Amino acid sequence: MAFFLAWRLLYLVPVLIAVSVLTFLIASLLPGDLAYVILGDQATPENVAALRHDMGLDQPIWWRYLSWLGHILQGDFGRSFRTGQTVLQAVTERVPVSFELMILAELIGLAIGVPLAIACAAKSGSAFDRFMTGSAFAMLSLPTFLSAILLIFLFAVELRWLPATGYVPFTEDPLANLRFMVLPALTLALAEWPGIMRVLRSDMIAALQEDYIALAKAKGLKPSRILFVHALKPSSLTLVTITGINIGRLIGGTVIVESVFALPGIGRLLVGAIYTRDLIILQGVVLLVAAGFVIVNFIVDLLYAALDPRIRHGHA
Amino acid sequence: MATLELSLDEQAAEPARRKRRLGLLFWFAMGWMVLVFAVAILADVLPLPSPTDMDMLEKRAPFSAEHWLGTDGFGRDELSRLVHGARISLIVGLFAPVIGLTIGGALGMLAGYFRGRFESIVVGSMDVLLAFPPLILALAVTAYLGQSIFHLTCILGVLGIPAFMRVARAATLTLARREFVIAAQALGATHARILLRELLPNVLLPLLAFFLLAVAVTIVVEGALSFLGLGVPPPISSWGSMIGEGRESLDVAPRLAFIPAIAMFLTVLSFNLIGDTLRALTDPRQGAL
Repeated sequence: MAFFLAWRLLYLVPVLIAVSVLTFLIASLLPGDLAYVILGDQATPENVAALRHDMGLDQPIWWRYLSWLGHILQGDFGRSFRTGQTVLQAVTERVPVSFELMILAELIGLAIGVPLAIACAAKSGSAFDRFMTGSAFAMLSLPTFLSAILLIFLFAVELRWLPATGYVPFTEDPLANLRFMVLPALTLALAEWPGIMRVLRSDMIAALQEDYIALAKAKGLKPSRILFVHALKPSSLTLVTITGINIGRLIGGTVIVESVFALPGIGRLLVGAIYTRDLIILQGVVLLVAAGFVIVNFIVDLLYAALDPRIRHGHA
Repeated sequence: MATLELSLDEQAAEPARRKRRLGLLFWFAMGWMVLVFAVAILADVLPLPSPTDMDMLEKRAPFSAEHWLGTDGFGRDELSRLVHGARISLIVGLFAPVIGLTIGGALGMLAGYFRGRFESIVVGSMDVLLAFPPLILALAVTAYLGQSIFHLTCILGVLGIPAFMRVARAATLTLARREFVIAAQALGATHARILLRELLPNVLLPLLAFFLLAVAVTIVVEGALSFLGLGVPPPISSWGSMIGEGRESLDVAPRLAFIPAIAMFLTVLSFNLIGDTLRALTDPRQGAL
C-alpha cells in the first residue's frame, strides 16, 4: 500500500504542474489583455503600456508563469480588481455552499438510485425492471438546466411550496438553509441517480449469478440476506467508482444550478467573474477547481485500492 | 477451442438480438431526427417569419394562425426561433464531435498501434485535459476567446478529443493483435497501409457509434452555455438561450421555456437511443464486430 501510495503521489505532481501550465496559458495567450480589461474606457496606449509594465505583463511568458506559480505556492492567488477581495477569500467564503450542495445531491442520488438498483436486480427482466431501466435512460437525456426549470415551475411557481432562489447559511438557520437547498440538490440528484442505478444494477445482476450466491441459496439463507449482504457488499466498490466518475459532471452541474437558484457558491463566483470579466478571479477559481478535482480523483483511486487488494498489487 | 465455441454461440444469437433492439422507440427516434434535420436544413426556405424581427406590441402572444407557437418576450416568432435554434444545435452538435473524432480517433489509433513512448505522451496529455471538469474549461475558454459559434464549436470539439482517443485506442489495441493485421505485416504492408486499410474500417464502427453519443453530450453542453448566456451570442436563437430567456417568464408564459426544452430533450434522447443501439451492435466485447 505504501508503494502504491508513493507511486500515485509521484504521478500527481506532473499532472498538477501541467494543470497549472494549461490554466496559465489559457489566461495569457488568448486575446483580451488584462490591462485593457482593467482600464476599460480609459485605455490609451500610454496607460496600457504603463499598467502592463507595473503588472509585469511585458516580461517573457515563462518568467511570468514562474512568478505566478511562485506566488501561488506561497498561497497568493491574486486579488480581484473589481471587488478588492483576494481569490482565496472569495473561494473559502463560497466553498461550503458548493460542498453542501454536492454532498446533498449525491446523498439524494444514492437514496434514489441504490434501492431502485436492488429492486431491479432482484427481479431483473420483469416489467418493473424494464420500466425503471427505460426511465433511467430517458433521465440521462434530461440536461440539468431543464430539470432545474421543471422543478422551479412545479414546486416554486405552481405549488409555491419552496423558494426558487435565495440562500441562508446553515449556521444561521439550518431549517431555512435546507429549504433553500432542497430544489437545487434535487435538480442535481435527478442527473445522478440514473448512472448510479444502471451501473449498480448490472453489477448486482452479475454478482447474483456467482457461485457463492448459489451456495448461500443452497444453505437456505433468506433471500433478503443474500441480496443485501452477499450481493450488495461486493458492489460497494462500484459505488465508489461511480461517485468518483460523477464528480466532474457534478461540478459542472453545480455551476448551472447555482446560477439558476442564485446560490452563492463557487459556480456562481465563476460565472459572475466571466460576466464582469474579472480575469484574476476566473483564473484562480479555474486553477483551484481543477486542482481540487485532480486531488479528489486521487483520493478516489486510493479508496479504490484500499477496498480492492487486486489493484494495489499491480493490476492498476 | 472453448473460445471458438463461444464466438459461434454468440453469432448464432446475433440476429435475434438485432431484431429485438431496433424496436418501435428506435424508429420514433429516427423519425424525430429526420424531422429536426429537415427543418434545420430548410429553415431559410420554409415560409416562416424572421427569427430576429421584434414586434413589441405582440409580446408573449399566444398560439395563433400568424404565430403558430406564439411569440417570445421580445415579440419574436417562437416557431421560427425554434427552427433556427435547431440549426445552431445541430451545427455545433455535429461539427464539434467531428473535430474530436478526427483528432482523437487519429491519436488513439496511432497510440494503440505504435505503443511505446508516443502512447505514454498521448495518454498523459489527455489526462491533463481530463483534469478539468469539462463545463468549467469550456466556460473559461469562452470567457477569454469571446462568444461565437466558431469558437464554441472548436472548444467543445477539443473537449471531446480525450474520449474519442480512448475509444479508438481501446479498439486498436485489441484489433492490432488479430490475425488479419499480423498477416498484413507478414506480407510486408507499410504502417500507413495497415492503419488505413486494415485497422481504420474496423475502428470506425465503434467510433461512429460513440460519435452519436458525443453529439448528444455536445448539444447539452452547448445548451447549458447558451442557457447561462455564455454560448452563442444574441440575437441568434439557440435552444439553450431560448430556455434561458423563457426562465424569466415561467410564471406568465411557461411555454416559452418548455417548448424549446421539449425539443432539446427529444433530440438528445434520440441521439442517445440511436447511439446506444449502434454501440450495442458494434461492441467488440459482445462479438458483434
